[in-house]
Amino acid sequence: MATGTTMTKDAILKVEHLSMKFGGLMAINDFSFEAKRGEITALIGPNGAGKTTVFNCITGFYKPTMGMITLSRENGNEFLLERLRDFEINKVAGVSRTFQNIRLFSGLTVLENLLVAQHNVLMKASGFTVLGLLGLPAYKTAAKEAIDKARYWLELADLIDRADDPAGDLSYGAQRRLEIARAMCTGPELLCLDEPAAGLNPKESLTLNTLLRTIRDGGTSLLLIEHDMSVVMEISDHVVVLEYGQKISDGTPDHVKNDPKVIAAYLGVEDDEVEAIEEKLDEGTV
Amino acid sequence: MAYTTENNQSGVMTKAIKEGIFAGVIALGMFLLFVGIETYQDINNQLVWRTRWGLLGVFVAVAAIGRFVTVGFIKPHLDSRKLAKAKTGVLEISDEKGFFRTHFLKIALIFLLCYPFLAMLIFGRQGSLKYVDNFGIQILIYVMLAWGLNIVVGLAGLLDLGYVAFYAVGAYSYALLSAHFGFSFWLLLPMAGILAALWGIILGFPVLRLRGDYLAIVTLAFGEIIRLVLINWTDVTRGTFGISGIEKATFFGIWSFDVGAANNFNKAWGLPSSSVYYKMFLFYIILALCMLTAYVTIRLRRMPIGRAWEALREDEIACRSLGINTVTTKLTAFATGAMFGGFAGSFFAARQGFVSPESFVFLESAVILAIVVLGGMGSLTGIAIAAVVMVGGTELLREMEFLKHVFGPDFTPELYRMLLFGLAMVIVMLFKPRGFVGTREPTAFLKERKAVSGSFTKEGHG
Repeated sequence: MATGTTMTKDAILKVEHLSMKFGGLMAINDFSFEAKRGEITALIGPNGAGKTTVFNCITGFYKPTMGMITLSRENGNEFLLERLRDFEINKVAGVSRTFQNIRLFSGLTVLENLLVAQHNVLMKASGFTVLGLLGLPAYKTAAKEAIDKARYWLELADLIDRADDPAGDLSYGAQRRLEIARAMCTGPELLCLDEPAAGLNPKESLTLNTLLRTIRDGGTSLLLIEHDMSVVMEISDHVVVLEYGQKISDGTPDHVKNDPKVIAAYLGVEDDEVEAIEEKLDEGTV
Repeated sequence: MAYTTENNQSGVMTKAIKEGIFAGVIALGMFLLFVGIETYQDINNQLVWRTRWGLLGVFVAVAAIGRFVTVGFIKPHLDSRKLAKAKTGVLEISDEKGFFRTHFLKIALIFLLCYPFLAMLIFGRQGSLKYVDNFGIQILIYVMLAWGLNIVVGLAGLLDLGYVAFYAVGAYSYALLSAHFGFSFWLLLPMAGILAALWGIILGFPVLRLRGDYLAIVTLAFGEIIRLVLINWTDVTRGTFGISGIEKATFFGIWSFDVGAANNFNKAWGLPSSSVYYKMFLFYIILALCMLTAYVTIRLRRMPIGRAWEALREDEIACRSLGINTVTTKLTAFATGAMFGGFAGSFFAARQGFVSPESFVFLESAVILAIVVLGGMGSLTGIAIAAVVMVGGTELLREMEFLKHVFGPDFTPELYRMLLFGLAMVIVMLFKPRGFVGTREPTAFLKERKAVSGSFTKEGHG
């Protein structure tokens, strides 16, 4: 389970020896992986494997028990995410995320959702509210730019016709796309998506794939948790498989697809293989 | 249930009579001991009782007739109207608004600007005192307080049960600083606001990590602490005696409203000596302060900070994932709300000329919060209407002499103030669960500004 040391140069996110303990439960146990810049990295695994916990550690909602999460920005700055405060992970390190159970501002309109995402830029432009209250032109141009940026993402996410409707009024698939658009409006370098295709019909899944590819081609790296294999195998450049808090496979989609350990984790194994698997598990937990 | 045929008509009547009698019996059972019998102490200090069958009869009759009319006439009428509408297929929602509704704000502002003069024209100089002071100024103080609290509760979704503390800080800042240092009203007004905002931040720091019910309890406690400090710190605040003889507001330092002063306003303008001119002046000050509050609130809502407040109300976790510092965002909401409370407090002190801890009890916080909730959280218009209904309504009760003819000469409507207040709230909440104005105006739009229905907005969890 050694991490590829040769790839450190272009890794945007480096997770090393991450462990997370909830009381007596070891949710993540010595988990290491890398996500490369400009790629789509998928984190997969059976239910309860700890994928969302890894996400919450990366995006600052949990403080990991052990381990180091390094994010290197394009300008060369490096941040240890586990040491940043929760909101700084987005503001300073440029990591944004979506949620497994959609978290939109349902009482705000679609457009307002995207404007809230540009809070920090607008805050600076409005001189921390003071200059904006006086009606200075600097804020007005910034506000206009913010709306243009929102309009760009609304068009990409195919939501432009619903811009003035409350976010809570959108259909499920549209809400998923809006959440991604909102996360992108913060101008992130790494976008973390927690099951973006959950609850989507096949057609919506396809549009999602296109949207995610567009985001990647725009220079943003992606890290996603996904159950829908049609999405994972289709768009990922790199797949990491997690089971019981440990990494069992790491590589290209094709490599992972044919890895016997992955097949065992997902489909179960034949009787003579059980012992071998159990041995491996013991090594990991004891 | 269609009430269209003749046969049904008689069926409705028998049902109405039945239900009316039933309601009367229930009312009789409920009020027999509460209203029908009264205990009192006679001259010999003995506890004796007397009956009040007449009053009991009125209560029972109101219940029975009310139920009869509702079932027999109002309900069939409403049902037939609904049916007729359903047949024509015209939706009840129409985009057209009348002249009055589209220009409501302008009409209201013009009316407010003319109000003191109108009152003077109609009721004479001394007669208008009551309408300018008890109704005008009193209501506007509550409008301002409720608009201030609206920033904290309505926009940021932080339930604050101790808002009156900031009102008290403002009032005592004015009273003490004016007494000890002789500062003028116009200097102390902003100072009181700043001091209250400072207290808002001081309170906010330890408290804002709490959420929901816990935040409400701690703010409630903070309100009580401030009041108890005011009562017990007698060296400074003179305790329950309060501080009296607080300096009046001056006409921007040019004219004074003190009767003995050389530059007396009334003398300078050749007006007869009457306190009504001072009250009119105060009316315009509080009106201006209200307008300032409304202006700042409207502007802030379109700024990133205002949007962050509303986003915080909707979903705090999502806010953090978008890089919004929730702690400073909450603190600014607390401080801004507190600042307006402080302004209102210093105005209150100048108007009364006397402050004591009596004025800053929990009931005040509750009333202000009730106004915000009743008006529709976040809506300035709704809150202003709620303040007029709530504060004006309770003031109006003092004028309800005719109620004595209904309930007997012993009936004092003021004593039933809180009962009616609560009843009114229950009724409004039944019919308008989101307050008078339940919809939310979006702060930005691409094509058209559509109001957001109240069913999508959240109340916030602290």
